[in-house]
Amino acid sequence: MRPGPAAVVWYLVMTVLSVVVLFPVWMTLVRALSLPIPYLQEGLPPYPVDAQWGVFADAWSEGSLDRAFMVSVAMTLVITVAQLFTSVLAAYSFAFLRYPGKPVLFALTIATLLLPIEVTLVVNARTIRSWDWLDSLQGLTAPFLASAFGIFLIRQAFLSVPNDLRDAAQLEGYSHWRFMWRVAVPVSRPAVASFALVALLTAWGQYTWPRIAVTDSDWEPLQIRLASLAVQNIDRSNIGFAGALIASVPIFVLLVVFQRQLIRGLTAGAVKG
Amino acid sequence: MAVAEETTETPPTSRRPVLSPRAREALLGYLYLLPAFVVFAVFFFYPLARLVQLSLFDTRGVFANQSQEFVGFGQWADVLGGEQFRASLWITIQYVLFTVPAGVVLGVGLAQLANRRMRGIKFFQTVFSSTVATSVAVASVIFFALVNSEVGYFRNVSWLSWLNTQDPDTALLAVSVSSIWQNLGLTFIIVLAALQSIPEEVLEAATLDGYGPVARFRRITLPLLSPILLFLAVVLVIFAFQAFGQIDILTKGGPQGSTQTLVYRIFTIQFDDVNTAAVMSIGLFALTFVVTLLQFGALSRKVTYGD
Repeated sequence: MRPGPAAVVWYLVMTVLSVVVLFPVWMTLVRALSLPIPYLQEGLPPYPVDAQWGVFADAWSEGSLDRAFMVSVAMTLVITVAQLFTSVLAAYSFAFLRYPGKPVLFALTIATLLLPIEVTLVVNARTIRSWDWLDSLQGLTAPFLASAFGIFLIRQAFLSVPNDLRDAAQLEGYSHWRFMWRVAVPVSRPAVASFALVALLTAWGQYTWPRIAVTDSDWEPLQIRLASLAVQNIDRSNIGFAGALIASVPIFVLLVVFQRQLIRGLTAGAVKG
Repeated sequence: MAVAEETTETPPTSRRPVLSPRAREALLGYLYLLPAFVVFAVFFFYPLARLVQLSLFDTRGVFANQSQEFVGFGQWADVLGGEQFRASLWITIQYVLFTVPAGVVLGVGLAQLANRRMRGIKFFQTVFSSTVATSVAVASVIFFALVNSEVGYFRNVSWLSWLNTQDPDTALLAVSVSSIWQNLGLTFIIVLAALQSIPEEVLEAATLDGYGPVARFRRITLPLLSPILLFLAVVLVIFAFQAFGQIDILTKGGPQGSTQTLVYRIFTIQFDDVNTAAVMSIGLFALTFVVTLLQFGALSRKVTYGD
């Protein structure tokens, strides 16, 4: 079937919009591939000048992005795993166990959503300094080891675990610990996976807190390092731009592969699950 | 529920548990909350209390051991009514106005265009959602290459001269464009998911009733989307209140303080004047508080409508 004129217009519009959305990414690739000084002398054209494909390898070795990358990976892993662990435990407590004071404790948990890191920044910076945790993995991760969003999301999933499963586990003599990890978490896998993905994305991309918690460039995560290279150091800016691509492409691939989980996680607040 | 207790401990004759099953369950409940609450206590509740304390004292003494002076709520009035806070608040509000409506409208427009069955639609959907993979640092660096007045691609493009981070009149706008672009993927994904959850029969019925595409969008789609749009707007407002990385990378608060948002000012003055920074943090908290309550309101409304 030949596409009608409406379809042609639609394709045209979509193509133009795609170009607009992707143009900034293209220009980043151009800046990464071109040596900064020749590129400036050429008058900043929209195509690479004397493309240096080795920039990505150089960024890894000479640009000290390798160290920053490892800091980012470690920080992201610690935060994601810790948030999963503390959220599952707390969510289990709220969903399955009975004890006095639960509504108050749950309200306190939700109340932390009102306190973004930007509000508590001033005091948390002092806390980390007084513990001598500046420039350390614990300093980078400590404020993010628990997440009210995660607790809330996983609690919702736990609440819909069928009663039959709980009865069966009870008959089998499962302990709470065992029921949590063998039954409740596997059954709630979609919610747990969605939360893990959003936690990972957030931890990987964070900028504000590392800017406070790090003073020594050895401890700079990728996001801080690539920004300072691209913006402050004109003759090494190509490495910063390469870093921007290095920081985003793995995340992009991850998001394409786990598209369903991502959409579920991002819309968890907006659309009821 | 009591899964373990009843099976492992029911023969009460064999050994006497120290605690009743109820008490054990309660203990376990608190124990499971403990890790999260340690973090909440140290990095959420303590800072709030400490902020209030710092905001009521003057600790700017020259010597570290100098006693703190209680100055009370007068300091709140001084700071919150002061020129610095008011200027930053206004800049933050402008930033919200620049980024939120444009972000929502673009997200809805793109999602509406991409919500149809066509060959290659997956490609376009992937392109439009791709910016969700960018962090604030990456997006800012990318826009630095476009809007910087010396080394940015658009520096000589006259019709884009409003994308200039060196001009106090346009710097905030240029920063806003980078945020809009960065958030586009998120907005697109959320709106598209919402659009796809609208049953096709509803729109078909409207078509049979003689609704054109515009009327269908205004009368059917938009009302059904409204709870999600409200949610999205609140999320974007909160993002805008917290904006820091894009300012730090693109303008450093300049030129002439024209991009000194609240968070950026708190960041820059915290070492020199922790008391003023504390009062401003409380101001920021109040703003976030009001908007987040709106979000909860929006969510509870959505639940009623959704069923």
